[in-house]
Amino acid sequence: MKTCYFWFTLLVISLSSWPLAAEDGVFDQYRDLMGDDNPAVFVIDEGEELWFAAQGPKSVTLDSCDLGLGPGVTAGAYARFPRYFADTDEVMDLESRLVHCMTTIQGRDLETVTEKPYSLRGDLGTEMEALVTWLAAESEGAKIAPEQTHAAERAMYTLGEEIFFYRAGPHDFSCATCHEQSGMRIRLQALPDLTSHSGAAEAWGSWPAYRMSQGLVRTMGWRLRDCFRQQRWPELQMGSEVSIALQTYMAVNAAGGIMTAPGLKR
Amino acid sequence: MKGLITGVLVTLGASVASWTIASDDIQAVMQSSFVTKNQASMERLQQDAVQSVCSAPRGMPLDNKTLTTLREERLNAVVLPADGQYLGDWQRGAEVAGNGRGLQSSDDPTKPNGGNCYACHQLAPDEVAYGTLGPSLTGYGARGQSEAMLQYTWTKLWDTHAYNLCSHMPRFGAQGILSEQQLKDVMAYLVDPASPVNQTEQ
Ligand code: HEC
Ligand code: HEC
Repeated sequence: MKTCYFWFTLLVISLSSWPLAAEDGVFDQYRDLMGDDNPAVFVIDEGEELWFAAQGPKSVTLDSCDLGLGPGVTAGAYARFPRYFADTDEVMDLESRLVHCMTTIQGRDLETVTEKPYSLRGDLGTEMEALVTWLAAESEGAKIAPEQTHAAERAMYTLGEEIFFYRAGPHDFSCATCHEQSGMRIRLQALPDLTSHSGAAEAWGSWPAYRMSQGLVRTMGWRLRDCFRQQRWPELQMGSEVSIALQTYMAVNAAGGIMTAPGLKR
Repeated sequence: MKGLITGVLVTLGASVASWTIASDDIQAVMQSSFVTKNQASMERLQQDAVQSVCSAPRGMPLDNKTLTTLREERLNAVVLPADGQYLGDWQRGAEVAGNGRGLQSSDDPTKPNGGNCYACHQLAPDEVAYGTLGPSLTGYGARGQSEAMLQYTWTKLWDTHAYNLCSHMPRFGAQGILSEQQLKDVMAYLVDPASPVNQTEQ
């Protein structure tokens, strides 16, 4: 593992200085070299430790947090998100559910917990990123099966679809501008068709993901925020209705696919 | 004049957005989900009539008459270059075509915006990092420089919806993304026989 990490660091360095045209080639070389070893493994361990760490004024772990399959059940839980929770009477994504558990079970302050969910470049990773990575790994290989039984879950899907096609901002962009056709790309970056089952399954199933160009694990919440930045929109808030609705839209389109996260991205 | 057109468009927008499932709620959802970041302000979430009509999820029926009316409105609102000159400097145009920055929360608002044409179009044949959302424009200059041709291309860049109402291409002039001079430079990059875009013989 140590040697892999060395090669990995070397490649990150060469990758960040590589001309754009060669990026895909280096990425493929990197994949060949690493095989199944994804640097996210270190973040998975960290996330597991955080889950079992006593924290907050109540000094308790997250082990009694109910992710939908019962308190403390983590295996396969992420593959069923987003889903409705009766205790909050809300459809939640994993990020907002974790915030809920941190504030209610551990008694932590909402503002502190949500202040900086995603790393800036150069950071070493946040608690949210680590927890999401571990929980995704706990669903690796599971079938993507978001709940759509409660009326609120179905309404969330409809809202997500509406937002997906909502054009606004100086460039008139919507998610659909970049993600409603297959086989397209921007510059050299391939764009998944998130309206199709296969495109959505591959994309949804592979996040959170380790971004080699940034040396960090990124969550789906971050991915959406960054696509909205490219869309020239204001900043998407973690756990917001738009974030949960779009994740519901993608997860339901992806249903039946297989969770492969944490993924590995350029 | 501009105020009048906006007024008409807004009225149209209100009456045709009837396909939406929760259009009354969606503004509230948007307002609670985003925060202003640098130049990317919350006002950007408000739609104009074109954006509203062109947000119908796939398969939703649209009213043809409305589309035609809106498209004609866009066509009438196109501003041609004040001095009648369509063409600027293709070398500066190359920079505009390759620059993907501008108007994102992460961009420096004191620097000029780019057109980011390469994100969606192939242009100079030796540039391999091009996107495919739009058609290839390599060799575009072969279409010549007739007044009709220049006016067509200018209009396409000024407001793509004047020809194709729900086009995926941004409205570079109408939305103030590019200046008149930048548009002239990009025009030259497309049609000048000396431009790399038109060096198609190997
Ligand atoms: C202006 C173009 C653009 C818009 C608009 C856009 N995206 Fe993206 N999206 C991209 C690009 C480019 C990538 C690939 C990024 C990379 O490889 O670094 C991407 C990647 C993604 C991915 C990850 C795919 C994968 O397999 O890793 C998801 C999911 C996604 N976008 C969802 C969305 C959603 C939802 C919206 C609307 C909120 C949206 N995007 C709007 C350009 C865009
Ligand atoms: C986000 C994607 C996108 C960007 C950015 C973009 N375009 Fe386009 N463009 C398209 C699409 C899609 C079409 C085809 C559909 C249509 O005509 O509306 C198109 C069509 C065109 C056409 C008409 C082609 C023909 O055969 O008549 C021209 C000319 C053009 N674009 C030039 C440009 C230039 C110059 C820029 C940059 C200043 C640019 N485009 C930026 C997506 C884009």
